[in-house]
Amino acid sequence: MASLRVALAQIAPRLGALDDNLARHHELMGAARAASADLLVFPELGLTGYLLQDLNAEVAMRADDPRLLELARAAAGMSVVVSFVEESDDHRLFIAAALLEAGGIRHIHRKVFLPTYGLFDERRFFAAGSVIRATDSALGLRLGISVCEDAWHLATPQLLALDGAQVLINVSSSPGRDIAAGSPEGLGTATSWRTLNRTYAQLTTSYVIFVNRVGVDESISFWGGSEVVGPSGATVYQAPLHEDGLFFATIDPGELRRERIANPLLRDERPEMVLRQLDRIARARASDPVEDGGPS
Amino acid sequence: MSAPEVVPAQPIEPAFELPPELAIDTQSARRIIVGFIRAQLQQAGFERLVLGLSGGIDSALVAYLAAEAVGAPNLLCVMMPYRTSSPESQGDAETVAADIGCPLELVDISPMVDAYFEVAGGPAALDASSLRRGNLMARTRMMVLYDRSVTWRGLVIGTGNKTETLIGYTTLFGDSACAFAPIADLYKSQVRQLSVALGVPDAVVRKAPSADLWPGQTDETEVGFSYATIDRILFRLVDGRRSIEELVEEGFEREMVERVDRLVAVSEFKRQMPPIAKVGPRTAGIDYLYPRRRPRSTRG
Repeated sequence: MASLRVALAQIAPRLGALDDNLARHHELMGAARAASADLLVFPELGLTGYLLQDLNAEVAMRADDPRLLELARAAAGMSVVVSFVEESDDHRLFIAAALLEAGGIRHIHRKVFLPTYGLFDERRFFAAGSVIRATDSALGLRLGISVCEDAWHLATPQLLALDGAQVLINVSSSPGRDIAAGSPEGLGTATSWRTLNRTYAQLTTSYVIFVNRVGVDESISFWGGSEVVGPSGATVYQAPLHEDGLFFATIDPGELRRERIANPLLRDERPEMVLRQLDRIARARASDPVEDGGPS
Repeated sequence: MSAPEVVPAQPIEPAFELPPELAIDTQSARRIIVGFIRAQLQQAGFERLVLGLSGGIDSALVAYLAAEAVGAPNLLCVMMPYRTSSPESQGDAETVAADIGCPLELVDISPMVDAYFEVAGGPAALDASSLRRGNLMARTRMMVLYDRSVTWRGLVIGTGNKTETLIGYTTLFGDSACAFAPIADLYKSQVRQLSVALGVPDAVVRKAPSADLWPGQTDETEVGFSYATIDRILFRLVDGRRSIEELVEEGFEREMVERVDRLVAVSEFKRQMPPIAKVGPRTAGIDYLYPRRRPRSTRG
């Protein structure tokens, strides 16, 4: 299979300014196409900005929103991942990432893990998704799409890889923090994400594509540093920290086969055993701490 | 067990004590704060800034960061001495503004402050406490800056640091009033470290921090211990979520830790918006929550 050109849209969305952000998406889709990109990935809530609070309902779009479909039409010929606030038929609001292909929406991932601690308050404003699954794509590769905090839970990369994903795509709005001296990139958050991305790439023998936004919403600054990591855990490409722009990387699907034969970690996974243990553990965690003696 | 040792920031003639656990990546701090300043202006639709430049390290550091963010010609620095302010402060402010190349103005606040106590303060005000005088000076400076922000068409940039914010060493609606606070998450020790990295004049970095209300006043004699010590305690209590007991075990003096903890506790109100008596369905700051600048509603 020929190599694939990946475009990382490391943008600074304008908070609540849906029209401006749509325009920027159209512009970058044009630039990515001109650069022969096969896959273009935008960051979490790239169409709306992150710290929306009560703007969440005002910028929400249904999956059949004409503005999304127009983006999908404009994406034709490429696979494009965009992220927005999705309103379901029953008016739940999700943080969603959609795979646009062939003029339509091929797959939607609704963010499953909503951080509501520290500087985060997502659960107040959003509903949590309940599905983690991989999707086929026009690239000839199976993709595993997740959103930011999803990647801070081990189940996410594991389920996606077991479901056949060869490329794990995480779209993020990661606030940069911890500038204590001594971390390699001067930012604790960057160091943490680098560790996650390499670990997941290596353990799932998959490509990891991480696209993080830049810019500022209120007090928080997003650090960018989008990257592509190969199935051996080796860095393929790293975009600069804090810089707004469209960055390109090339991935070689042949690398997946080579790595998975040399390191058959996925072959040796034991989902049926994991399922039995999870079933036991989930029951114990759901038990009454007094009546049932409770979990230890 | 003794408290962790403090290492100098520079091997020769350290300008200040930098506790190692407080050391920051200055490049990262600079990048984030300069980007933050630009974003605040862009979001608000402004291009210019107004800054009260005292001659002290906090406002000097903010001046350098602000000039980097918007360009020196877009930064208006205003010196606002009272007649008891130290002349060296003004000299240092002039040095900073000259080094940056930004416009600098002088507004003597003495007649305004004195007029208040003479006219509106009543007889008892003639010998008003230093607390009242200090607060009035801070609020007069706020008044001047916000008035200049209209004529200069710029936002007032804050100069508060994390240490003074946490211990409440600020005047409510005085020096704490600003459009945004670029260095309020940096402890004084970190302000000093970043100042050195940005080339703030050595004299400004080295001199003892002071509210400059009367000759010879310094923050550290007012509060009773050094910024390095306060910072190490605050960093553990606030950022590290350590208990007083844990700090005492680590070797900190109990009395000092308890005093810092008390200063933080009694000043919580200074770090928050005034509470609104909730009676309606949606109340600002409680269940009416929007970004500070938002596009007009798209839904009818």
